[in-house]
Amino acid sequence: MKGKKYILAFILLLTMTVFLAACNTSDSGSTSTDSNSDSGTPSTDSNTTDNSTTSTPQVLVFGRGADSVSLDPAIVTDGESFKVTQNLFETLLNFGEQNTTIHPGLAKEWQVSDDGLTYTFQLQEGVKFHDGTDFNAEAVVKNINRWKGGTEEDFYYFNSMFKAEGADVIADVKADGDYTVVFTLSRPQAPFLKNLAMSPFGIASPTAFEAAGDKFGDNPVGTGPFKFTEWKRNDSITIEKNADYWQQGLPKLDKVIFRSIPDNSARLNALTAGDIDLADGINPSDGKTVEGNADLQLIERPSMNIGYLGLTNTRPPFDNKLVRQAVNYAIDKQAIVDAFFEGRAQVAANPMPSSISGYNEAIEPYPYDPEKAKSLLAEAGYDGKEIELWAMPVPRPYMPDGAKVAEVIQKNLEDVGIKSKIVTFEWATYLEKAKNGDADAFMLGWTGDNGDADNFIYTLLDKDNIGSNNYAYYSNDEVHDLLIKAQSETDENVRNDLYKKAQEIIHEDAPWVPLAHSTPLLAAKAGVKGFLPHPTGSDKLDNVSIE
Amino acid sequence: MLHYIGKRLLHLIPVLLGMTFIVFLIIRAIPGDPAQVILGQQATAETIAALRQKLGLDNPWYIQYFDYLKGVFTGDLGESLRTRQPILSEVWPYLAATFELAFFAIFIAVILGVNAGIISAWFQNSWFDYVAMVIALIGVSMPIFWLGLMEQWVFSINLGWLPTSGRENVRDPITAITHFYLLDTLLQGRFDQFIVVLKHLLLPGIALATIPTAIIARMTRASMLEVMRSDFIRTARAKGQKMFIVVYKHALKNALIPVLTVVGLQTGMLLGGAILTETIFSWPGIGRYIYEAIGFRDYPVIQSGILIVAFLFVMINLLVDILYTVIDSRIKYN
Repeated sequence: MKGKKYILAFILLLTMTVFLAACNTSDSGSTSTDSNSDSGTPSTDSNTTDNSTTSTPQVLVFGRGADSVSLDPAIVTDGESFKVTQNLFETLLNFGEQNTTIHPGLAKEWQVSDDGLTYTFQLQEGVKFHDGTDFNAEAVVKNINRWKGGTEEDFYYFNSMFKAEGADVIADVKADGDYTVVFTLSRPQAPFLKNLAMSPFGIASPTAFEAAGDKFGDNPVGTGPFKFTEWKRNDSITIEKNADYWQQGLPKLDKVIFRSIPDNSARLNALTAGDIDLADGINPSDGKTVEGNADLQLIERPSMNIGYLGLTNTRPPFDNKLVRQAVNYAIDKQAIVDAFFEGRAQVAANPMPSSISGYNEAIEPYPYDPEKAKSLLAEAGYDGKEIELWAMPVPRPYMPDGAKVAEVIQKNLEDVGIKSKIVTFEWATYLEKAKNGDADAFMLGWTGDNGDADNFIYTLLDKDNIGSNNYAYYSNDEVHDLLIKAQSETDENVRNDLYKKAQEIIHEDAPWVPLAHSTPLLAAKAGVKGFLPHPTGSDKLDNVSIE
Repeated sequence: MLHYIGKRLLHLIPVLLGMTFIVFLIIRAIPGDPAQVILGQQATAETIAALRQKLGLDNPWYIQYFDYLKGVFTGDLGESLRTRQPILSEVWPYLAATFELAFFAIFIAVILGVNAGIISAWFQNSWFDYVAMVIALIGVSMPIFWLGLMEQWVFSINLGWLPTSGRENVRDPITAITHFYLLDTLLQGRFDQFIVVLKHLLLPGIALATIPTAIIARMTRASMLEVMRSDFIRTARAKGQKMFIVVYKHALKNALIPVLTVVGLQTGMLLGGAILTETIFSWPGIGRYIYEAIGFRDYPVIQSGILIVAFLFVMINLLVDILYTVIDSRIKYN
């Protein structure tokens, strides 16, 4: 019996030691937002149990927040789906490596008629789909007709980008020989080429989508640098090198595995432990931790977003322009950027970031001026009624911590005499209620699809989009006329002037408080080379390699 | 006995029906439109209306409910609004993943909890008893989220012993047969992968086992203390039986009934309630499947997912009731 007691004591002691050790070290780990808690961390490659492979194999494990919905790019709307399809499919035109300028893709050259109604594309020759089908003009025509013939809810992006007032912008598309495709438009569309370069318009193998029907999203076939291998839902998607890829020497990786790890901290843990090679969605507060770890590198995605505080323009007190302007003066935007974006963001002046053509540089953000705000409120006859301030329940690239930012805004408003109550809802509810105009003031944001001014200003603030993306219910006929004119204006300079003018009016009307253009963060193992994150959020991985 | 089981299974029908009804009403009462979520922030009102019509969401709720019930009775759980896949074909891998994790966790919990409880009762008021019960108290109140991240930090990042998350080494993926990965690797004779799967199970398994271990330990201790004071134990000891035999054979068998009840309840809870653990350890299980469906307002998945979990919960408790008769022959069902 005595012997048994000693064994017992020993086991207990052992357990306690491990437990206490865990408690001890954990404190610094859980709270370290800016301190480097990883000194002495063993090297990433050798210490993980089942990843004993060295870094030579060209296999990249990409950790991200959620799984894809489908791998048919034409039918999905979520960014996580496009992250994968971007590497399986190719579009007729490509965006620049880290911007949204237009470059050749599956189309090597193109001509536009003077009236802006006919686009003629010369296609790459000798390209094959993963299933061996030839890529040619016929295949392009079949793809366009598939999108055109589908219902609006199935082919959402095609309808939103290539339809105006219920009519197809692409009136007709024809093959002229094997490698020439001619598009005829029903009206000039300024962002036409940029739209074609978007991920949803990846060209799919007609043989495959005709055979698979609804199941095409489970067996995607494109011409891209990688081929689809396997999908374990909610877990991982594996794609492998397309050995017959038409671009010499690409891709450099043999395999890419997209893993979904929902929690941001757990994803960073997985990266630090070497279970994954690249992690999307790094909290701004973890940026310094990553920078302080020699085994990791911090990667910044070029900014193409806007985080804003929307003021529902039809609800009192924000139906009064002076009150809206007062709120713009009252909020200390720089302090918000410094505190919650760790300085990795730009204070916003306009509803779109400066990288987008047509940005009005002459407009300055409303300065932080509580006194001015107070006098405007007095002038407006604001009655001091408490407002509801809606805080985002989920982190988004344009808003890392909605709840905390809301607290600062609440304090700023209180300083000028506007009382507010912070409320929040679960995300789907939040969007629905805000869209219905139920909010007084709400936080929201937007990441651009195609890098065009129209995709920000018209989409977010035109009266056509009230009940859709114009959550602020802002309506100004002068702005509307400018934006509609800009949609079919093909002269880039004239078009930019139209947008600049629109931004001036919007600045004066102050339907929102534009807060920030953030720089979303990623992190990778030090050995990952050639990864260039794209502002649209869909990254091409053909040039990535692992050293 | 068969009669009893039959009766219990019949009782199951109104229980599950009532549950589908309540779940159906609740998820439709919360705002947020699936069509809106599927189409994203960009969608226009017309597109949303068209999709609602296509998905049958514009029908009155009672028609939707009866359509759903009709499907359930014909073995059709419906289609996920988000992935457009039949739920019946989609759900198994998630369910298997959760089964594997939950049973692993409950296995740890029973071994640790029962033994800690026994020893605490055996050496009542000893330092072991006090320490074990304090640890059990901490275990019950420990936030799983925090515990999970700490486990990763200690055992994966600093010690490098175990992987942080997932079910397998994605660089050397497992070919799924039954979707129980431990079993699948054995079926394929891949013992190296078996070890890998076991290592992936450890951290989430411990996180998930913490609360049940603590509850089982406390229950076992209380139950054992009661039994140990009874006459037949005193008799056994007086006859000079070894303490080990007295405790593990005579006393434990009699103390096990309430413990078994707790084990049954906890197993059921783990099947549906493992969401936090599944999130931290990115475990592709049924908890996360349902949780994500809620975010997407994927009504059929929420309904059917909860129905499946509730069914399993009830079945496990039936199994526990049957096990009572095996352990204690005095219990009879008529």
